Amino acid sequence: MTYVLRRVGFYLFTAWAAITINFFLPRAIPGDPVQSLISRARGQLDAEAVQSLYILFGLDTDQGILSQYWDYWGQLLRGDLGLSFTFFPTPVIDVIADSLPWTLALVGITTVISFLLGTGLGVLAGWWRGSWVDIVMPVTTFLSSIPYFWLGLIAITLLADQGGPFPSSGGFDPGVVPSWDLDFIGSAIYHSLLPAITILVTSMSGWVLSMRNMMLTVAAEDYITVAHAKGLSERRVMVSYAARNALLPNVSSFALALGLIVGGTLLVEIVFSYPGVGFQLFAAVGAKDYPLIQGIFLVITLSVLVANLVADLVYLLLDPRTRKEG
Amino acid sequence: MTASAKPTAPGATDVVLEAVGLTKHFPVRPRPRDLLSRRRRAVRAVDDVGLVLRRGQVTAMVGESGSGKSTVARLLAQLVRQTAGEIRLHGTEVRAGGGRSFRAYCRRVQMVFQDPFASLNPVHTVRYHLTRALRIHHRDRDVTEALRELLTRVQLTPPDQFLAKYPHELSGGQRQRVAIARALAAGPEALLADEPVSMLDVSIRLGVLNLLRDLRDRLDLAILYITHDIASARYFADDVLVMYAGQVVEGGDGEAVTQRAAHPYTRLLVASAPDPDRIAGGTTEDSGEAGGEPPSLIDPPSGCRFHPRCPHAMARCRAEAPPRLSVDGNGSGHWAACWLYDATTVAEAST
Amino acid sequence: MAVPTDVLSAPVEESPAKPRRRRSSFLRNGKAVSGLVIIGFLLVLAVIGPWIAPYDPGQRGDDLLVGPNAAHWFGTTHLGQDVFSQILDGTRSVMLVGLVAGLVATVLAIVFGVTSGYFGGTGGETLSAVSNVFLVIPALPLILIITLSLPETNDLTIALVIGLTSWAWGARVLRAQTLSLRRRDYVEAARATGESTWRIIGFEILPNLTAVIAASFVSTVIFAVLSEITLAFIGVPGVSEWNWGAILFWAQSQQALAQGAWWWFVPTGLAIALLGTGLALLNFGIDEYVNPRLRGGPQQVRGVKMRVGFTPVLPAAKESR
Repeated sequence: MTYVLRRVGFYLFTAWAAITINFFLPRAIPGDPVQSLISRARGQLDAEAVQSLYILFGLDTDQGILSQYWDYWGQLLRGDLGLSFTFFPTPVIDVIADSLPWTLALVGITTVISFLLGTGLGVLAGWWRGSWVDIVMPVTTFLSSIPYFWLGLIAITLLADQGGPFPSSGGFDPGVVPSWDLDFIGSAIYHSLLPAITILVTSMSGWVLSMRNMMLTVAAEDYITVAHAKGLSERRVMVSYAARNALLPNVSSFALALGLIVGGTLLVEIVFSYPGVGFQLFAAVGAKDYPLIQGIFLVITLSVLVANLVADLVYLLLDPRTRKEG
Repeated sequence: MTASAKPTAPGATDVVLEAVGLTKHFPVRPRPRDLLSRRRRAVRAVDDVGLVLRRGQVTAMVGESGSGKSTVARLLAQLVRQTAGEIRLHGTEVRAGGGRSFRAYCRRVQMVFQDPFASLNPVHTVRYHLTRALRIHHRDRDVTEALRELLTRVQLTPPDQFLAKYPHELSGGQRQRVAIARALAAGPEALLADEPVSMLDVSIRLGVLNLLRDLRDRLDLAILYITHDIASARYFADDVLVMYAGQVVEGGDGEAVTQRAAHPYTRLLVASAPDPDRIAGGTTEDSGEAGGEPPSLIDPPSGCRFHPRCPHAMARCRAEAPPRLSVDGNGSGHWAACWLYDATTVAEAST
Repeated sequence: MAVPTDVLSAPVEESPAKPRRRRSSFLRNGKAVSGLVIIGFLLVLAVIGPWIAPYDPGQRGDDLLVGPNAAHWFGTTHLGQDVFSQILDGTRSVMLVGLVAGLVATVLAIVFGVTSGYFGGTGGETLSAVSNVFLVIPALPLILIITLSLPETNDLTIALVIGLTSWAWGARVLRAQTLSLRRRDYVEAARATGESTWRIIGFEILPNLTAVIAASFVSTVIFAVLSEITLAFIGVPGVSEWNWGAILFWAQSQQALAQGAWWWFVPTGLAIALLGTGLALLNFGIDEYVNPRLRGGPQQVRGVKMRVGFTPVLPAAKESR
């Protein structure tokens, strides 16, 4: 229990740090670009929205930094992240609320599948080393060293464009109305297949490599030799003795890899024009839409923290030692 | 034994290093319920240990693993700060903090570590290890000459052949000699040897022990020889101290402690050491009866810490910790911390 | 060829304290050598690329969007620019940012990781907590908002931003290693000899961390290269004009895909993959050097069958020797 509380404490601290970075960045840098955005949109903005942007970006220089910080937190807790300029005048929070579920579904499902598949392949590659399975090595090395988005581009060329079987952009067919019916869900799954496969292929290789290395390390341990000597079947030694012990470090690195995978996913969304947070981020960067960029940064960070907490809980279930460990 | 060749009644001026009431408690990470009770738990690794190292003498400290003997060595080397008690160098209390005062102290008190495979940095040559020790303590000396002299002293000859070697190219015995040479480079008066031969092959142990003895005689070093092997202490030491669970339980002349062990624990140690003179399987008075394991040092037993294992345990042993009591009563300096040697107990036994 | 010898001598100088025997065994490792050759090749291109490029990468030509041919090896863009020249020109920016960021991050990782591991205590715990925070915050969005907040960006500032935000992983690994080295006897022995703290960290601990530091440097460079290319691909201003990411940005925004102009992004992607693979191979080489169990190679032991007169040797047991 102490372990869980400490992890929660740590994530709260990290969330605080991320929010504080977000607070100080625009204030630390002179010549604020948001000011010009506001003046360009003058007349269309009501007083309240201007006030909210002033608080978010520290344009109100009369106020002391502490009271600015106080107001900033108050505004965040109300869920007010300012107005998006790209999707003017939609509040940032609404833009994110529209796109976040797409990203969560895409990243969540692919990450879990890629972890399971990659770990499984890694177990085999580590155990049957020296056989034809070794071909996994150069392939995964290559796959892990190319950017996600480039593979996405290739996938579109080969499989989507010019009569390929997959759609090349969007999250669902233009003709379908978003709702919880079969048509829409089917269309959404169909559109998500290619991006998902792209993420799967690139993110999986990391798991294969690390699991293979852990398997090789574990395979030389004495308890494996003993298990063999007892006459247990190869399969049983591989799964219950080697893989079980090799798995824990892989699970604990899951949390750390998550940040990278999310980063990669944002890019895949851009390539596929998938209506998730990454695509919004792309649009926001193009339009210098600072409120949206900062909002997306916060939301992504918080989501990753929650996912980390979940990974910690899973680890706790797998390894009872953690309960005692510092 | 060679001990007889040395003056047996040294004057007080010959005391190089002295520990009085030396105590070290390592704090333990508090459990949640300790936070409520505000009790600070600690491992009492060393409790109220006193010892004296004299010039030109080897003092052996004997004890089983976990009895705190290595901690005593680290305390004396000031690598670890004591919780309580005093360390005196030539009668003056040592307060070696960091930096200059610590350097001044370690110039006079050097340490040899247990594991020669671990105590030499694998990335540095023998030359580097020795040169550093020389440079730190004797800047103005001619290094080439000093290196040769050091290696010759520890019988690594010809010296030039060893200077460029890395630790992994040397055998265990050679490494330990390099480690000893490094300690000698500072030109110390006291040498703390923490189980210097326990990691070596039995066949080369004697060579290293003889080297230490040779150093004692030639350089007049005060040596603390820490070991779990009472037989080697008997071979080599002028004085012997026996440690159990962080405390010194018996001390005195090497011959007396090993031949006429007084404390039940020492007897147990002597009996457990293989001795060709004793017929295998033959039982001596106490052997074999006292089984069990060393106690927890977090919550040590009350009274005498040995009482749970002691075949002679009395009610008094559970209640009160015994003081140092003279064994022979003739002023020979052989003592034991055991109620068996209390005047009243002795009187009862004789009636 | 002068390239590989140049490169091969690099790691030798890096760790002069290492015994000769071990040094050469690292260079006998096939993966490490092929990695070094690839990186050396790209480094040479980074230096001479802009000079040997057949065209000015920005120069517009009359051949719009043509496929690879003798005049334009990698084809041309929608403005008739030579893709091959663009890639050659962009190598310098890619390598520069990767190396600078890797260097900055590694130095920070050493400072944070080794000091927090060696000194421990509250200070060490705090440093470790700080690096964990940086580890958990998703790096790409963080780099993005910092870069976009800067009033002026160029290759160097972007390299610094990436370096300043990506040291945490290396610091974590180095801290763990330092924690285990700190209590080694030779460190205690150096202390007992009277060595100063800085001397112990610099001459007793750091040389033993060489392999870990090298590995973390290489990983950071991989990460930095990919991040930088990604930033350029998203269209963050300030990245060099023909950074590989920027080439892909133009390809994407000019609908190269829809027009079937595969030559616009395939060679660029392969160049990225080449660099990434070279760095990854180097890292595997270091890994296998540190942990010999990982060494692959032909291995018949797996399939050992029991035979009469032949004591079956269990694979694991044999390997561990």
